[in-house]
Amino acid sequence: MIIDHPLLGPRDSAEFTYLGDASLIDRPDWQDKKAACKFYEYLYLRDNPAGEHRELWYHEAGDRSWLVVTRNTVTHEITKVELARSVAKARGRSK
Amino acid sequence: MRVTGKNSGRFSALRLLKEALIGHRGWKPGWRNPVPKKKYDVIIVGGGGHGLATAHYLASKFNITSVAVIEKGWIGGGNVGRNTTIIRSNYLLDGNEPFYEFSLKLWEGLEQDVNYNAMVSQRGILNLIHTDAQRDAYRRRGNAMMLNGADAELLNTEQVRAECPFLNFDNNRFPIKGGLVQRRGGTVRHDAVAWGYARSADSHGVDIIQNCEVTGFRIRNGKCSGVETSKGFIGAKKIGVAVAGNSSRLMGMAGMRLPIESHVLQAFVSEGLKPIIPGVITFGAGHFYVSQSDKGGLVFGGDIDGYNSYAQRGNLPVVEDVCEGGMALMPMIGRARLLRMWGGIMDMSMDGSPIIDRTGIEGLYFNGGWCYGGFKATPGSGWVFAHLLATDEPHRTATELRFDRFQRGYMIDEKGSGAQPNLH
Ligand SMILES: Cc1cc2nc3c(=O)[nH]c(=O)nc-3n(C[C@H](O)[C@H](O)[C@H](O)COP(=O)(O)OP(=O)(O)OC[C@H]3O[C@@H](n4cnc5c(N)ncnc54)[C@H](O)[C@@H]3O)c2cc1C
Repeated sequence: MIIDHPLLGPRDSAEFTYLGDASLIDRPDWQDKKAACKFYEYLYLRDNPAGEHRELWYHEAGDRSWLVVTRNTVTHEITKVELARSVAKARGRSK
Repeated sequence: MRVTGKNSGRFSALRLLKEALIGHRGWKPGWRNPVPKKKYDVIIVGGGGHGLATAHYLASKFNITSVAVIEKGWIGGGNVGRNTTIIRSNYLLDGNEPFYEFSLKLWEGLEQDVNYNAMVSQRGILNLIHTDAQRDAYRRRGNAMMLNGADAELLNTEQVRAECPFLNFDNNRFPIKGGLVQRRGGTVRHDAVAWGYARSADSHGVDIIQNCEVTGFRIRNGKCSGVETSKGFIGAKKIGVAVAGNSSRLMGMAGMRLPIESHVLQAFVSEGLKPIIPGVITFGAGHFYVSQSDKGGLVFGGDIDGYNSYAQRGNLPVVEDVCEGGMALMPMIGRARLLRMWGGIMDMSMDGSPIIDRTGIEGLYFNGGWCYGGFKATPGSGWVFAHLLATDEPHRTATELRFDRFQRGYMIDEKGSGAQPNLH
């Protein structure tokens, strides 16, 4: 698989490490009344779709940026690559 | 009740002789191809090893014969027919080891039980040791195995050399310092496991319904009363789901999210060679395991690819990694040509251990999260799942294989790598 890095251009996926579903960006608030339940869901439960999947890849052997890659889990086709920090910022994270 | 006359009958040496004299015209298909009935006591979704074993034990041990196994393709087309056929019970943790040892004991009597030659071969599994720390860890594992009634033996370098002289003992980075061997481990003809269980279940009256995809569950007021399929609705008092890599998709139809990710694992077979590898050998410094099939092909594999996938094929970086592991361990395989490679979809759980449990929906039961190690579990999983479906109580070896262990903090994490399925 080739990941089209937003800053570096097309890179071999072997340069990256894989973390998992991009929902991991949305870490629950530890002070939330339902924090225990929310952390359980955040840590352990996954949609695990067959088809389009947004997921976190880390460019370990490159510029060490985190990317959100939109990839089809049935065909392995990659349709979108974003910087994870842009995605997190757009969701109101890390002001 | 055994259905006789319609099926293929008992296999025996005498029967073979008789058939030889009449030109082998008396053999019948191994199982029927029935039209689904309107309703069963139990429906098993998924005609893989686990689903078929469950049906066999439900009918033969728990006397529940109104059973259908519903398979979207043909039986044996999933992981049961795609794995590297290794069986063993060399686990460390109390939540796992009694279950896997129970399963290994069932393998030992399987062929007599189902009256089918599954080529169960206890040729031994050898896990190699490359450092002092690893020897300590394996010694501990061996002790845990023996405490649970399994066999384990620690070998030093010379003992390993006597059994496997072809290994690269003097690899500069990963010299071989010994090994942990389980002599009762080995390999089994995987397809024959599916066929043997199918044939036996069928002979007890179980309907095996192929080319029938489950597309939904009929759930009302928290109670499941059957499955929607490509051949229409089929009712049941209890429904057990055992669909391996498709677990999240199926349980998603019942509104559940699982602690599971689907990943692809690849396997490789070389051209046929003269007998050289005595049992199963695993590299302790990288991920590589190898055995030799009775046809002579080297059967080997390594890590999962590491990203979510439902494609039954992997990518080249892992092929390279597996081959590097093989070359580091036994350079002689560099001359063998690769014949085939393929992939299968693993139901990787969040702690690397399986789940066999009830769900929050009455009448709906789940069996999955087998990761890359569910083949060895096939008889145990079938028995334990049949026990749960028949009695509504977990089998004594499966009391920890529950859904709620993640929420309660009782993970069964052999490797200690946390909620990261691609590291298990
Ligand atoms: C390459 C590879 C190597 C492996 N090596 C080993 C090994 O050496 N040792 C070991 O112990 N384990 C190994 N495993 C793991 C083992 O094969 C699996 O854990 C085990 O086979 C899973 O259980 P099963 O046999 O029931 O799965 P499967 O055979 O996959 O059965 C599941 C069935 O469910 C069906 N299904 C899915 N969706 C639906 C639906 N909607 N409706 C109806 N049916 C459906 C599928 O078609 C499939 O036939 C390996 C796996 C792979 C892929």
